[in-house]
Amino acid sequence: MAWAGKLLRVNLTKGKCKSEPLNMDWANEYLGQRGLATKYLAEEIDAKVDPLSADNKLIMATGPLTGTSASTGGRYSVITKGELTGAIACSNSGGFFGNEMKNAGWDMIIFEGKSKKPVYLYLQDNNAELIDAGEFWGASCWDTEDGIKAKHGDQFIRVASIGVSGEKGVKYACIINDMDRAAGRSGVGTVMGSKNLKAVAIRGTIGVSVKDSETFASAVSAGKQVLADNPVTGQGLPTYGTQVLMNVINEVGALPTRNHKDVQFEGAHDISGEAMHEPRKSDGKPNLVSNAACFACTIACQRVSSIDRTHYTVVERPEYHKASGGLEYEAAWSLGAATGVNDLDALTFANFLCNEHGIDPITFGATLAAAMEMYETGVIDDKITGGIKLNFGSAEALTTTVELTCKAEGFGAELGLGSKRLCEKYGKPELSMGVKGQEFPAYDGRGIQGIGLAYATSNRGACHLRGYTIASEVLGIPEKTDPLETDGKAGLVKAFQDATAAFDSAGICIFTSFAWTLEDVAPQLDAACDGAWSTERLLEIGERIWNLERQFNLDAGFTGKDDTLPKRLLKDAANSGPAKGKVAGISKMLPEYYELRGWSKHGVPTKETRARFGI
Amino acid sequence: MQNSLHINPDSCTGCHQCVLACSDRHGDDFSPIKSRIQIFRFEDEGRYVPYTCTQCEEAWCQKACPTNAISVDGNGALIVSDAQCVGCKVCTIACPFGTINYNADTGKVIKCDLCGGAPACVEACPTDAITFVNSSTTGFDKMRKWAAKTDAGSQPSA
Repeated sequence: MAWAGKLLRVNLTKGKCKSEPLNMDWANEYLGQRGLATKYLAEEIDAKVDPLSADNKLIMATGPLTGTSASTGGRYSVITKGELTGAIACSNSGGFFGNEMKNAGWDMIIFEGKSKKPVYLYLQDNNAELIDAGEFWGASCWDTEDGIKAKHGDQFIRVASIGVSGEKGVKYACIINDMDRAAGRSGVGTVMGSKNLKAVAIRGTIGVSVKDSETFASAVSAGKQVLADNPVTGQGLPTYGTQVLMNVINEVGALPTRNHKDVQFEGAHDISGEAMHEPRKSDGKPNLVSNAACFACTIACQRVSSIDRTHYTVVERPEYHKASGGLEYEAAWSLGAATGVNDLDALTFANFLCNEHGIDPITFGATLAAAMEMYETGVIDDKITGGIKLNFGSAEALTTTVELTCKAEGFGAELGLGSKRLCEKYGKPELSMGVKGQEFPAYDGRGIQGIGLAYATSNRGACHLRGYTIASEVLGIPEKTDPLETDGKAGLVKAFQDATAAFDSAGICIFTSFAWTLEDVAPQLDAACDGAWSTERLLEIGERIWNLERQFNLDAGFTGKDDTLPKRLLKDAANSGPAKGKVAGISKMLPEYYELRGWSKHGVPTKETRARFGI
Repeated sequence: MQNSLHINPDSCTGCHQCVLACSDRHGDDFSPIKSRIQIFRFEDEGRYVPYTCTQCEEAWCQKACPTNAISVDGNGALIVSDAQCVGCKVCTIACPFGTINYNADTGKVIKCDLCGGAPACVEACPTDAITFVNSSTTGFDKMRKWAAKTDAGSQPSA
């Protein structure tokens, strides 16, 4: 019930697929999706493997609520050792692909080995087949998805694929499903490409059942009502998407600008959710065409946008005149504020390309920002950039380099390294704004202290989705804390991290947690899954997952010394806004955090802690 | 008074809650393929359109059925008797809208039955894109909208 009870193991080296029962003992301890797949990965690979070697594995996993009517119950995650970071990678995606996998009767797919030639997996319910992908190699994610549907004559197939970026080893290639939903971070698409796996195409018609469908229906209805009544999930997100945050975070003084040199962007409004609603001069239409929902989602935060047809990027390219996935806050920030570009259409164009070709816009924008700083300070010049003037604020630099990076051509191949490797290459490692090799998202750890600690300790490298303390520090959810204060943040970060790990393992979207706590999730899981599922049990599972991920990273070679932020955030004070004069106070929070976690002063889970969670 | 399902695609976000509620209500678990209501996605335009049976007064599915398995219930819904349906699929050919379909698991056809007067899709829809309203007034909301627009020019400005 809820779980399909089986997984598909695909040995790409041998070209063989086989079904095996899901380990329900592990499911009871790790729930599903992020937690359960991490358990499988940690058990099956050596944490020290080269992420791009045949010894790494890549797991696509659903949660027990994936495919049910639980609001947002359509999620899946990709778990592997990340190429960008060398740490545990877990990238979560929406759309319809997760439901299709579950409806075909599978909780997860484990890819192992490496195919000799490009292939894609075609999965129709119980029939799994590896098919030659020669005709799709070199194609974009969009063309691959369309091509596979056309080839099999079935428009209802759901496809997750990589673009040329993933084939050519861009370090932050995504896996794109349903045209514009992404398992986006840490280079999970790069790992997929290294296995010569171009795509996974699924058609599922078996259905998903739950333990007690009447109780489940009531629990789902109650959950939907909570989301509808909440101002963020009921109003803010459907109207403005995550872009509701652009002006808010700018006001707070935590909008990293021009590679974190500034913390407020003078062009914030021009690239905000509000701006996406404003009619443009050429045709009187706004950038935003509609909002849309992923499978089973009653929030519907997704942006569907169009580019001004008179804009220089598309005036001669009618293929980009259609509506497609628009800017979410993180992408608007990275492509815009981080690079100092305030041209909404240029950003939307760059975002379309990131979706079409499968690169992570956060890492791309942040890497470009670092390159711009190196260009403006003379570390790199026109000879290295191939003549592209990489000045902060240049929309042309943005739109030119995004095309090159998507295809790993020219200077794009260098930008495809990510900021850490790029800045190291030119002797300026301190200009890479990230943690454990992964670039920061759209909040500055000086203006919002808790998120700084969340970044420093995030198991997949800098990330807002591992413990979104912004909810408390800025939005007041579940209660308001002072963003400039370090006191109490260790406990706040831990609580967010543990709860998030449980949400991420259930098959639902973390955005529900603006309105839901685990107390809203537990009754839905309890009605869906065999066994008894309480809030306390879910919290314990969340903490167990966090510790397992941590242990994986320690085994991979990370230490407590990696739990830090770049010098810029620790030494250079914020230069404007409410946080003016502040640096990130990691050293004040980290010892307490380790203690609350039951870790040694070097950040290693103690024997007692490991025993408590069976790790 | 007879009620009809009234669909307003402008409000649809494409979430499939109606689809899930439909298959669940009819005892088919959460199985989109077995839902009597489907959503069609026009991604290039950002439009999502729910589509289901409109319960024709002169129903071709009913006329075509060789075993008289299709009848009208008290809510005006054309319902299929599983006992009489032989799975010949002639109705699926006769229906001009494609809203009656074959279920390979049961060997019978399935179509919207208005859930006995309380449609699950209506209850599940988070944006009121699907409503169950008096059949004689399904267009009134649209009329009101256009009336407001048409009349707006004649209003004295404040």
